Amino acid sequence: MADLSLETMSNEYYDVLKELGNIGAGNATSALAQMLQCKVDMSVPQVKLLGFKEVATLMGGEEQLMAGIYLGVEGDISGSIMFLLEQTSARHLVGKLMGMPIEGDQFTEMEISALQEVGNIITGSYLNSLSMMTNLKIYPTIPSLAMDMAAAILSVPAIEFGVIGDNILLIQTQFFDEIQLDGYFILIPELESYVKILSSLGISV
Amino acid sequence: MSQVIKVGMADLNICVSPDSITTLGLGSCVGIAIRDPATKIGGLAHVMLPDSTQIRNNSNIPKFADTGIAELVKRMVAKGASQSRMVAKIAGGAQMFAFQNKSEMVRIGERNVEAAKKKLAQLRIPLLASDTGDSYGRTVIFYPETGDFVIKAVGKPQKVI
Repeated sequence: MADLSLETMSNEYYDVLKELGNIGAGNATSALAQMLQCKVDMSVPQVKLLGFKEVATLMGGEEQLMAGIYLGVEGDISGSIMFLLEQTSARHLVGKLMGMPIEGDQFTEMEISALQEVGNIITGSYLNSLSMMTNLKIYPTIPSLAMDMAAAILSVPAIEFGVIGDNILLIQTQFFDEIQLDGYFILIPELESYVKILSSLGISV
Repeated sequence: MSQVIKVGMADLNICVSPDSITTLGLGSCVGIAIRDPATKIGGLAHVMLPDSTQIRNNSNIPKFADTGIAELVKRMVAKGASQSRMVAKIAGGAQMFAFQNKSEMVRIGERNVEAAKKKLAQLRIPLLASDTGDSYGRTVIFYPETGDFVIKAVGKPQKVI
């Protein structure tokens, strides 16, 4: 059990994680639709195990401006979760939520807290579905928001994954409202928590 | 034509003037630029974690400040640089989020900076300048010709240290 690593996980585990991603993102999409009071579609999420260098490339380059919402996870499992959204998508979402387009490069304090709320709801509904499926108690900590270059934001989960290996487990979801919104979840359970999640779903590790 | 050599996350490389070397979007990671002014051989390491001896899975040399800096110096010496002439500049080590919950991960940026400084001191490489901490990402470009270390951040004027 101790030698479980992301690199050696079997396809079965990936399927489970993909399904978790799917349901989590589905719930997040409904929450988003409710908040925006419009129809939101999503694509089938993709679960990928990527090297540090590939993750930023996937998001459009290291210097791509992103909004990242990061929070800790406590309870039966421990770790953290991050939701990333391209800054143009973030701008669109917040504009829609506030009922007016966002002007200028900088977000106002009000817009930042609206964005934080979006992140809150999305990550919250995600964790809820994880908790419901696994019957594990999962509590989020207070979220924190950063807007910066993709690589700089990603350094935080990368470092956490870096303690155990050289890859990041990423769930990519595309949301469609009027424009396409690219969102990325990064779930960072501690290694023991993977075992807990999988065994609570009846998969022997 | 001079080239710009790119260094990724948990990566390092060397370059010789007139080429320059860059790494994009340093967050809590630290970029260590080292140069031998006589041969104009330079190098850049993008390290993620402070100490390889604290981690079980530590085969990735450029990932850690201690092993990454040692490897960078070794590669520069192999290229013809002299360790006794080397000087260094560092950047990065930000705390990207206000709340980072896990105790070991708290202040990781700061701990990376401390580890880099410690390793440089141990190798007797003087640290000429640094731009570290705070809460924003940095893109850096290092020119071994002049030793200029250019730092760019979102919404901030470019600076040279």
